[in-house]
Amino acid sequence: MSARGGALRRARSGGLWAGFFAALLALPVVLNAHWLLNIAVFTLMFAVLATAWNLVGGYAGYPSLGHGALFGIGAYAEALLFAGRDVGAGYGPFLAAAPIGVAVALAALPVAWIAMRTRAEVFAIVTITLLFITQALAFNLRGLTGGAQGIALPVPPFAERTFEWPYYYALLALLAVALGAAFAVDRTKLGSALLAIRADEDKARGVGVHVTFVKLLAFGLSAAFTAAAGAIWAYYVSFVYPQFAIDPFIAIAMVLMTYLGGRATLWGPVLGAFLLAPAQQLLAYQFGSSRLYLVAYAAVFLVVILALPRGIVPTLAAARQPGPAYHVSVDRVRARRERIGS
Amino acid sequence: MNNLLEVVGLTKRYGGIAALDDCRFGVAEGSITGLIGPNGSGKTTAFNVISGYVRPDAGSVRFAGRKVRPEPAKMCRAGLVRTFQHPRVFGTLTALENVVVAAAPPWWATLTPRVRRRDRDRALALMEEFGLAGVAHQPAGQLSHGQRKLLAFAAALMSEPRMVLLDEPSAGVSPAVAEVMERHIKSSHAAGVTFLVVEHNLSFVMRLCDPLIVMARGRPIVIGPPAVVQADPGVLDTYLGAWR
Amino acid sequence: MHSAHAIVQAVILGVLTGGVYALMASGQTLIFGVMRVVNLAQGALVLLAAYVAYSLTGGLGVDPFLAIGITTPLMFGFGVAIQLLFVRPLGAGDRAELSLLVTFAVALGIEGLLTVLYNTTYRSIEAPYADASWSVLGFQVPAVRAYAFALSVVLLAALIALLRGTRVGRAIRATVQNPTSARLLGVDVDRIGAVGFGLGAATAAAAGSVFGLVYPFNPSSHYELIARLLTIVVLGGLGSIGGAIVAAAGMGVISSVVAVTVSPVWADFAFFVVLLAVLLLRPRGLFGPALRGAA
Repeated sequence: MSARGGALRRARSGGLWAGFFAALLALPVVLNAHWLLNIAVFTLMFAVLATAWNLVGGYAGYPSLGHGALFGIGAYAEALLFAGRDVGAGYGPFLAAAPIGVAVALAALPVAWIAMRTRAEVFAIVTITLLFITQALAFNLRGLTGGAQGIALPVPPFAERTFEWPYYYALLALLAVALGAAFAVDRTKLGSALLAIRADEDKARGVGVHVTFVKLLAFGLSAAFTAAAGAIWAYYVSFVYPQFAIDPFIAIAMVLMTYLGGRATLWGPVLGAFLLAPAQQLLAYQFGSSRLYLVAYAAVFLVVILALPRGIVPTLAAARQPGPAYHVSVDRVRARRERIGS
Repeated sequence: MNNLLEVVGLTKRYGGIAALDDCRFGVAEGSITGLIGPNGSGKTTAFNVISGYVRPDAGSVRFAGRKVRPEPAKMCRAGLVRTFQHPRVFGTLTALENVVVAAAPPWWATLTPRVRRRDRDRALALMEEFGLAGVAHQPAGQLSHGQRKLLAFAAALMSEPRMVLLDEPSAGVSPAVAEVMERHIKSSHAAGVTFLVVEHNLSFVMRLCDPLIVMARGRPIVIGPPAVVQADPGVLDTYLGAWR
Repeated sequence: MHSAHAIVQAVILGVLTGGVYALMASGQTLIFGVMRVVNLAQGALVLLAAYVAYSLTGGLGVDPFLAIGITTPLMFGFGVAIQLLFVRPLGAGDRAELSLLVTFAVALGIEGLLTVLYNTTYRSIEAPYADASWSVLGFQVPAVRAYAFALSVVLLAALIALLRGTRVGRAIRATVQNPTSARLLGVDVDRIGAVGFGLGAATAAAAGSVFGLVYPFNPSSHYELIARLLTIVVLGGLGSIGGAIVAAAGMGVISSVVAVTVSPVWADFAFFVVLLAVLLLRPRGLFGPALRGAA
């Protein structure tokens, strides 16, 4: 991998991204039906969520199963800010998404700090518990959240034919920023620090990586984008209920998409979202009213994980570049030795 | 005495066994000190305690005259780094990135590119010396055992430490690689780095280290130059005693 | 403001509830110990057992506690099947992380299956003694919960005896401590993994009958169950059965006391705060293994 080869790769990759965004910019013009645009909106939303999750779950190796809580808090924040208000031309709520994201991220940092003192499975469990506790709070703090009745948001005066367009472009903009952040992580020392932590956190400490700072920075970025997406979602669906805003489904979907596409890659989460989100919506249309929806979803889920455990992008990359055969056994020997703890 | 590292009263029990039993020794600044002893004598535990990977039941560690709470991050900042017998490298990062990460940039450099020209020059120079320049851009996970050991050593030197704890540097590597390791220990030592080396390869250790600390049953039994240690009947007893 | 009497009553109820959760949590923590897998389907397994007991009780008139005799081997088989079909195929490297997703998918699948078979109406297992309660030293002790507690204690004792006294049990404990050494000593780690999973699922069987007797349930009830179970096993320390027991008792008591003194709404939240506080001081939980450190 010479420096010259690297520049060529970067140019090609940049071209891919440019083409991708150009296509996305033009898409609403092509998709003429409301139900298609609806799928597109959700796909973009999940692309943001997966990209954000990847920062913590992919690069840092801390699989958060509770990011749905951040999404929901962002949704409620948006709802509380705009319920019963006049939104004028309707663009205010989009602008509010950014400060909401930042605020939620800052508020979540102390909890993240405690949670990230644990590792792997314990961390995953703590985040799941956080998710359920947040949902319970949403149901119970009736004065604030309206409880099971939910909160209604105002409906903006967007033209009926292109109603979804503002949401679509808002999410596209958010995706661009999120990918920018992911790019910054991937290409900078932040990325190598996170990957080092993921590979061997104690050793990372031992070589002087600023582990806590780096973990919290990644988490903050991740939380900000997740909450901002939640805010835009709330505006889109116009009604925030506890079980839909703070939903284990959404929490697990963003994880599954990232795993499918490939953790700790730039394209992975986006690819995963663009494959699974439309599939998810279509499944809901097909089976949603029937009771087979969950079974079908679970089946798809299991097939994806068992068939492609490493994710699409890493599997493709490995296929293109087979390494020497011996290193596989060396890794297994090492892993076995480490488990013996000699 | 000018001891860079002092351990006093270190005790660590695992179940009923005392891996370290009121262990006390010092490492003089500017020396290459060897830490030897049969299996189970506590050498690795001592390393783990000093470098902060294991918390002792009792005892203290002083580094550069100050009592340091043994934690890997604190030790690294104080200037003490270590390598592992089974080299722990960051498999998903390239060899070059492994070395650059170990340079421990300050927190405000977090958003600079992974390998800036400045980092690359220093890191590549170091890797050249170790013969690793050819694999600089390979993921560390694909390197052989010997290459990883060299990489881990190079990375350890990247932060310009005052002292390096080397955990069995010649274990599991070919004589050629062992020779490279030995050469680098000597040259770093000449540049002012203090070494504490755990080893089973006695000829390696006798050539390189002075003084030697011989451990048995959790504490040092003899401390002295190689000639003294080799002649000491107690040392022979310790190594062979198990077969009586 | 709240009488000591009310608080002691709450503590009693809490201990009784905690006992049942201890049984479920032990199964869950055992699965983790043996396979390093967090079984997110544990709550769904409890529900599955509850529905089977419901059908046996309603359809055939079997007493829910006796139904446990049928559901236990059934759930054991389920656990083994899950391990064989979905967990074992995962490579060793990614197993820890992927198993979270896989077991969640299994939970969803079970929820879906139950929704198809029983739809989303809330059900409840009826028993003639469901409303009976005794008065002990002036405190109310509901009969169902007392039976459930006694049963849990007995089953937990049996589980611990099995782990300590039998060859299989020793093999399991060896695998928990060190899978590679266990393999070197001749333990078939794969088979033990399946047995461990089966045992963990079997504990859900007894809990299922009890759960169904005490609380109304529908297929989506597994979420609140798994949320509580996970908090308990983390607090107790992943892999430690003793820890799970202590933590479950703690959860029962804390939730119950908070429910009485403050409001039921805050019961779970209070326990979660306790969890965070403990993790702050001791990230491994009360009796958990040390987090990976020295090579």
